Amino acid sequence: MTQTADDVTAGVASDATAAVRITGLHKSFGAVRAVDGVDLTIEKGEFFTMLGPSGSGKTTLLRIIGGFESVDRGTVEIFGVDMTRTPPYDRDVNTVFQNYALFPHMTVQDNVEYGLRVKRVPKKKRADTAADALAMVGLTAMGGRKPDQLSGGQRQRVALARAIVNRPKVLLLDEPLGALDLKLRQGMQLELKRIQREAGITFIYVTHDQEEALTMSDRIAVFHKGQIEQAGTPVEIYEQPSTEYVAGFIGVSNMLDHAGLTYAVRPERIRMVTDPASEPPDAVCVPAVVREVIYLGVNTRYTVGLASGQAVVVIRPNGGAADNVIPAGTDVTICWWPTTSHSIGPSGQMSTPKN
Amino acid sequence: MTASPMSVDTLPQGVGRSVGATGGFAGALWRRPWLRGSLTLAPPLLWLGVIYLASLAVMLLTSLWSVNPLTNQIDRSWTLANFQQIFTGTYLVIIARTLVMAIAVTATTAIVAFPLAYYMARVASTRSRNVIFTLIVLPLWASYIARVYAWIVILQKGGTLDWFFAKVGLPEPNIGYTNIAMWIVYSYIWLPYMVIPIFGALERIPPSYLEASADLGAHGATTLRRLILPMALPAFAAGSIFTFSLTLGDFITPILVGGAGSSFIGNVIYSNIGVAGNLPFAAALAVVPIVIMIVYLIGANAAGASREVS
Repeated sequence: MTQTADDVTAGVASDATAAVRITGLHKSFGAVRAVDGVDLTIEKGEFFTMLGPSGSGKTTLLRIIGGFESVDRGTVEIFGVDMTRTPPYDRDVNTVFQNYALFPHMTVQDNVEYGLRVKRVPKKKRADTAADALAMVGLTAMGGRKPDQLSGGQRQRVALARAIVNRPKVLLLDEPLGALDLKLRQGMQLELKRIQREAGITFIYVTHDQEEALTMSDRIAVFHKGQIEQAGTPVEIYEQPSTEYVAGFIGVSNMLDHAGLTYAVRPERIRMVTDPASEPPDAVCVPAVVREVIYLGVNTRYTVGLASGQAVVVIRPNGGAADNVIPAGTDVTICWWPTTSHSIGPSGQMSTPKN
Repeated sequence: MTASPMSVDTLPQGVGRSVGATGGFAGALWRRPWLRGSLTLAPPLLWLGVIYLASLAVMLLTSLWSVNPLTNQIDRSWTLANFQQIFTGTYLVIIARTLVMAIAVTATTAIVAFPLAYYMARVASTRSRNVIFTLIVLPLWASYIARVYAWIVILQKGGTLDWFFAKVGLPEPNIGYTNIAMWIVYSYIWLPYMVIPIFGALERIPPSYLEASADLGAHGATTLRRLILPMALPAFAAGSIFTFSLTLGDFITPILVGGAGSSFIGNVIYSNIGVAGNLPFAAALAVVPIVIMIVYLIGANAAGASREVS
């Protein structure tokens, strides 16, 4: 189910011109359809994330917006101007590359000044603007170093400073945090959000990390096989996945059938009880056996088996005493609420939980 | 689980002895990295020390001797006369001529090699790259003399070049047996030594650097000037070490292709060894390119050439 441009922008207050408008875009590499009919509108000032597994077309689309790939069909408008065939150096767009692509023979300062130097900004102004950009990413004292004298996190910041120093209308980020360890990545996520707010630049962010997408984005587009499965706010994507693919890709969903419909039910929305009589009457309750218990600290993740053989994932908070954890082999009842759950369509297609 | 006192005492000893026995030499090496290093380095150091440095030392010694003009015998009393003679007008002109030739050849090969290497590294398909690479390296497999003679046929009076110019109605260049002919032949013969390191350097530049440069607003020419050429500079330095030193020391091309007034360091040394039989003076003259190359290598190293060669 591919969304049209109208679906994507529905409900979003839009100016006359969007930051980026993509219409009917197709791009193939040989027999592989990397981008297979994408319509997308990204608003000014948005933190927009393109999310999907590798090979889903998200990076190709980013490179098309940046001007590094030609298109087979369709158009790319940036701030209302058709840029489909404009080379990268004439686009008011800058990119933070996945491997940073810092120039190794230049100092950090020269790297950050590069875009200004190319545009013949006077020396003094160039140095001041670059210093501001380095201060913004917290690398004031590092200007004299060469890229190979920096840590991965610092290189990432230099790449960011080198791009935003040009004050682009749109900043493209290609999995910029992919090479960093978890702690650093979480810190940089917050920092990227801060920089995006302060600079007021439209960010288009490519990642395969769904948690990162939920944390940072104003809106997310979920890519699958060169098409957009769903675009919406993190809450919409998580709470109302429009397809089983989206439900499975963003977090864990249980596909539960009830009254002829399939519902995508999150593990934390299922209650696991020993006394079903005490549950509210609108609940759907079925018996189950605990098969697998994974203690995760904040909560515990259970895999339970239904009589039909279907496996269902349930997450319970670890409040109270330590013996709150239910051991494997226990007979339990699981209850969920169709009235507050999200249906993705008529039942009978699939019924296995997705991870 | 209890072990008898005897087994506790004897077992470690037995194990220790067996390790010492079987791994005697290897074990000794493993425990003494310096010994391993010395043994690995000994053969090449011996070769370098005895054969190469010793012969250099003999040459330097010889340069401080002289030849008795009457008997033509070597007079082994110390003198700087050979070096004094080198610093007279005639030989300074020869040295300057050789230097200018080496610089011209190096510059020419660099200018010709860069677009070729760039095309191979960044434009050509893998298949055509391999073809071009083979075509560039192929002449290195043919005899040096054969290649020089081929150029004599092309450049001599009434040769292929003159014939071609006559065909298109231009005056015949007639550059056979001149310094221009030598410059062309050298540039052709040493070209592979310049192309290969530059190709290597250009091939190693990740495409994302060029994309980043374009992304930041740089057109092709700016990217070439600010990114590609600076990053290829060490490779130019590495290639120039070959073209410069090979031109500086060569004596065959001046003999075969050069005409009147084609005295270069190489062929003057050669004639002093062979015709004149003045070995001490030939040795003194051979010190000149060595000194020039030492200065040149220091400069090239500053430009990062050693990174490219290693």
